[in-house]
This record gives sequence, structure tokens and C-alpha cells, in this order.
Amino acid sequence: MYRYDRFDHQLVAERVAQFRDQVRRRLSGELKEDEFRVLRLQNGVYMQVHAYMMRLAAPYGMVSSDQMRMFAHIARKYDRGYGHFTTRQNIQFNWLKLQDTPDILADLATVEAHAIQTSGNCIRNITTDEFAGVAQDELIDPRPYAELLRQWSTLHPEFAYLPRKFKLSITGAAQDRAAIEINDVGLQVVKNAQGEVGFRVLVGGGLGRTPVIGTEINAFVPWQHIITFAESIVRVYNEFGRRDNLYKARIKILVKAIGIDEFRRQVEEEWKLNKDGPSTLTQAELDRVAACFTAPGYVTLPAEDVAVAALQRDNKAFSSWLKRNVKSHKIAGYAAVELSLKRTGIAPGDATAEQMEAAAALADKYSFGELRITHMQNLVLADVKRSDLIALWEAAKVQGFATPNIGLLTDIICCPGGDFCTLANARSITLAKAVDERFDDIDYLQDIGEVDLNISGCVNACAHHHVGHIGILGVDKSGDEWYQVSIGGAKGSPAAIGKIIGRSFSFAQIPEVVSRLLQVYVKARFADERFIDTVRRVGLDPFVEYVYATPVPEEAKLLLPDYELIQQGTPYDAPYYSPRF
Amino acid sequence: MLIKNNEIVTDEWTVLRLQEGEAANSVVVPEGKVIVPLPVWNCQHDALQGRTELGLWLAGFERAEDIPDAVHRFPVIAIDFHKYTDGRGYTLAYRLRKQMGYRGELRAMGDVLHDQLFYLKRVGFDAFALPKDKDAQAALAGFTDFSLSYQASVDLDAPLHRRVTRGSAA
Ligand code: SF4
Repeated sequence: MYRYDRFDHQLVAERVAQFRDQVRRRLSGELKEDEFRVLRLQNGVYMQVHAYMMRLAAPYGMVSSDQMRMFAHIARKYDRGYGHFTTRQNIQFNWLKLQDTPDILADLATVEAHAIQTSGNCIRNITTDEFAGVAQDELIDPRPYAELLRQWSTLHPEFAYLPRKFKLSITGAAQDRAAIEINDVGLQVVKNAQGEVGFRVLVGGGLGRTPVIGTEINAFVPWQHIITFAESIVRVYNEFGRRDNLYKARIKILVKAIGIDEFRRQVEEEWKLNKDGPSTLTQAELDRVAACFTAPGYVTLPAEDVAVAALQRDNKAFSSWLKRNVKSHKIAGYAAVELSLKRTGIAPGDATAEQMEAAAALADKYSFGELRITHMQNLVLADVKRSDLIALWEAAKVQGFATPNIGLLTDIICCPGGDFCTLANARSITLAKAVDERFDDIDYLQDIGEVDLNISGCVNACAHHHVGHIGILGVDKSGDEWYQVSIGGAKGSPAAIGKIIGRSFSFAQIPEVVSRLLQVYVKARFADERFIDTVRRVGLDPFVEYVYATPVPEEAKLLLPDYELIQQGTPYDAPYYSPRF
Repeated sequence: MLIKNNEIVTDEWTVLRLQEGEAANSVVVPEGKVIVPLPVWNCQHDALQGRTELGLWLAGFERAEDIPDAVHRFPVIAIDFHKYTDGRGYTLAYRLRKQMGYRGELRAMGDVLHDQLFYLKRVGFDAFALPKDKDAQAALAGFTDFSLSYQASVDLDAPLHRRVTRGSAA
């Protein structure tokens, strides 16, 4: 992964000192909250009802074992012993004191990490494929480019006060695991007919209140010019993006308002002025950064391990885990392993300090000391020898990392929802738990196969329900909690916005609704066809017809007034955050 | 209070702002060093043409490109930040300096604070009119928050990798 040189170290150290002084001035009253708010947000610090929340950057999801141990240290020393991995491949802590935040940044700096621009109306942490560098379908490793873009966007003097947040995502693989179509700017590394490397650039994607799939603005920007091209896009946006309405301020609204052709024309005009200028990337700089992402010391191994194959035959739990949590690797004899952070009743992505330390130890032992955070809020060990899989599986089980549900219905993405978030119309985590309990038969889940289920507690769409194969949205009807269900959404390859199936349902009806949707799928699918592919092929009608054919019963236990997700003793006891800002 | 060349100096200019009931075409531009808003310049440039000591100010939504030739006649152009979070002024400054070649004083005024000074300077501002209730002396520290920057802008012609020999891990 990228290693700091003395300039990176110095910049981060100066940032810590700057923020320490800002916090000091805030605490002394010299800075008013309104003046301080944006400064703290650009260091990832949110003010919540009862505490400060801080989001730390894991650039493009890459984390060293030392950094992971530092997260554990922060969880213990400054928080309540746990942290939360986010859909943007970062980690956040929910129970902090403002006066501690400069020390947290100083601690982080010792392991080459920071919290720069993890929030605020600026260019945010760039996300990428969690299997970058190891995926079999990868054309080009996107991480060197992600790092070059990170440096360009870090403390960019012109773009710290954009109309709204600005998210970039980059992929180098055939299958888009980085959701580039739903980012403000999405980059796909491609090669042209001459074999030169460049980027297909999409612009104006995003979810939230107005979900939009990004549009291609340029089919091939040679890699040397990606900085000047990106700069041209952001400059036009900074100048013309709306600033009068929070909900219309993202770049997608600007692109829609003036049309992609006019937007492209303006960007091209701007690009003419700085293309080939000094911001053009050099081969030397690319080489320097790319040298940080060379293959680790792989050894030659047989493609299959005999003991693994034997246990796969004899042990169902192991074979389920292999099927779901172990991914193929471009090097023979290696695999990428997902550590699941989804456990019933816990906010998806939460991990305790002990788990973080355990994950770091597993990374050291089995995966060259590196981990990745996935947008599904799990962890990945990207370079595991297949011959280590059995030992790793045993160790993962001990830590609760081995739930064999990656990509299955119960690998749910849900937002904090009504249990924690003050903006919610409905509960999300509780509903995830209800679904989890209804579909606890792993054989059935395996048979159903890949289904992305996303649950957002309100229209702000923090759980990206628009791009769930099944998307559930909490809506308010005269003060009551209801849920709208959509199907056919997808986060990539290609991305699609789901369509609402009809009138909404009560909390206690949802598990049955999901079951009916799956029943239609099972009847209609061809062979190995995935749920989403069946929906695409047969359309909405068969699903709608069956779901609404007879009244949907409410599940009795979900009607009990004491049906509660939040068990005694869980660390949350107050609304904690809304990640939408 | 005006910060110029890292010092606090007295401001010789007055800023003309249209008051309620005043119109750009009829407001009287007082004698002396006056910074006028763009609409006043647009309406009255024939009458103001001869005045050398005339400055111009732009709001975030206004564009210097609309008067590409005239900008160079102003010894001072000010950009007004009605709120420090309105980032349009940064791009406006960048364009004036980098793309239009404006060489006069470029002044940030309005909600201009200590913690924005470093970025403002980077995009080409060289004068800073802080609000009266702010400690301009203390704010000077804001210019030295960072001793290096990754990217090019108005102050630095090239990104870091072209200015220094970057290392591998250190
Ligand atoms: S604001 Fe976000 S976290 Fe809160 S309920 Fe709405 S979607 Fe969920």
C-alpha cells in the first residue's frame, strides 16, 4: 500500500497542528460554532446530540495491520470500545469528546493516517474495488491512480467550499465493484486500441432524494491528463452548482439542469486551458506511486490445496464459508477472504476493539499485514494462501467473522434508522434483524444466492436502497412507520435504480413481502440465474401480482410491543448519527 | 483592517455598496479611492472611464469573464464572500489570475476569516479585509498553516512532484 514520504508526513503533521489550534480556539470561544463547523467537518468531526463523531480516512479502503491496531487503540482510549466501518470504506467513532480529537489525529499520523476531507462540502475519500490488485477480472490496478487523485484533492485550495460533497470512485475491473455509476465522478480504467491506459469518465451519478445514474462525459481521458480533466469538472461545478438549496446542490442536479452536452462543452472549454499544463501527471510520479502497489512476495503454490478440498467435501459449514466468503485470486494458490461484520442485531459494520486487533493479527499472519474495508461494510484479507484457509476459517469463527453470508440476502446494508437517527421515519436495524430471523436457514439462503437487500430509514438513502436488488425505504404516513419496497436496483455492472412495487407495508409485513418476492424468483428463474437477472428478464409484473394477490399477513411476534432490536447492554443509548452530511 | 503583504495596513479604499432604494445607474460614486460593485460599473462606465483610482468588486455569482478587457484597468478587484462557505470566490480568483492574467490587487472581503487565509492566498488573493470584530493580528498565523502543498494553483505553478524529488517511504 502507499507509504508516506517526508512530504506526506509533514503535511499531515501540519494538519494536526492546524486542527489542534482550531479546537483550542473553539473551546476558548474565539471561534463560533458556525465558523468552526466546516473546519471540523473537513477533519471528519460531526457534532451529535450527546457526543462528537469522527470519521477517519482509509484511502480507497486500504488499511495496514498497524492502522487497524490504531483504530482499536482509538476505540478503547477515546470511545466505548468499538467503531463502525462505513459504506465509503472508512471507519467512524461515535462517542468522542471534542478536546480529544486532535490527539486522535496525532495518534493516527504515527501510522500514516488522517481524517482529512472525510466530510464537508469538498472532495471526499476516493473509493475503489475492494479486490483491487488481486481480482481475476482486473485490467489495471486502480490504486496508484486513486492515490494520485487523493494527493491532488487533499487540501485543494480552490475546492474546499464546494456547493456540496463530492465523491469519486474508481475501478479497473470488468465487473464494477466500486459503484462508479452512482458517484459524482466515476472512473473506469481502460485501454484504448493502441494499448494506452486512460479513463472512461462518468459524471453526475448519486443517490439521496434524487437518484441518478452517472452519464459518460468522456470515453477516454489518457491517464496523464486525469488530474486536469477532474479539475476542470470540479471547477465548473464549483462555479455553477446550485448553492440555494441543499437538496439541489449535488453535481447531478447541475448536469441534469443544463444537460450533459452543455456540461461537457463547458468542461472541455475549461480543460483546454489547463490540459498539458504542469498538473499533467508524469511517468516518474506514476512509477513512484505504483511502486507502493507492487505484488507482495507471492510464492508458487498448487492451485488447489488437498486438505481444503477434503474438508470442503466433508464439512458443510466450511464449504458454505468457502463458497460465500472466499473469492478467487489472480495468483494460483491464493484467495481473497472476506471477514463478515454482519451479525444479527448489531449495526452492520460495527466492530469491537478486540475484533479489530484480531483482524490485524490475522492480516499479519495470513495476508502480508494488509486489510481492506469493503463498501458492504465487511473486511477483506486479499492475499491468503489457499493452504491457510482452514486455519483462517477456524480463527475467523472465534471472532464472529465467519458468517457465511457474503452477498446473500442477510448481508444487509442498512442505515442506523429509527433506533439511532433523528431523521428516520422508520426503524432499519430492527427490520434487518426481523429479516435475518425469518431467513435463518443457510441452505435456503445459499439456494437463493446473491441478493442485495438495502434498508434506508428515510429518503436520505444512507443505505442506498435505490440500488438494492430489493430496496426498502422507511416512509412516514401520518406519523406512522411504513415501508416502501422496490426491486430491480443494482449498484453496478450496470447500475440501475429500483422500481417501487406498489403501496407500502407495515413493519410486521415486510418479512412476508420479501418471502413472496423470493418465491416468485424461485419459480421464474432459469438455472443459476440471479434474483436481479430474473427481475430484469421478467419485469416487475409477476412480482407485483403475487405480492399483492392476497392480503399480506403480519408476523405475530413483530407486533409485540417489546419486539426490540436494542438489547440490554448494547453500547448505544441515544440517537447517534445521521451519516447523510 | 486590511492585511497586505503579511502586514496590517490602513485601508485607503472605501467600498460602495448599494443601499436599499439605490440603483446602480443613479447612485453617486463618491470621490476618492472607491471600489464599486459590478452593476454600477456596468451602468456608469462611460462616466467613470476617466477615473484611474477606481476599484471593482464582484459577488460570488458574478463573473469576471463578462468584462474581460475592463478588468485590467482596475488597480483593485475585490471579491465579496457573503458567507465564508461560498466557495465560488476561489474559482473566480483563480480565473482572474490564471486565465485572465489580472495583476492588480486581488482582495478578499466580507466573511473572510483566519482559517480561510491559507487557501485564499493560494488562489491568488493578496489583500484580505477581515470583519472589524476579528483579530487580524492573530489571523496572520493562518498564512503559515502549511509549508507545502500537493497541487498547483496560482501561488505554485506546478504540483509537488514537479517541484521536489519525492521519496519512497521515509
Ligand atoms: S438520514 Fe440516513 S441514517 Fe438517518 S434514517 Fe435517513 S437514511 Fe437512515
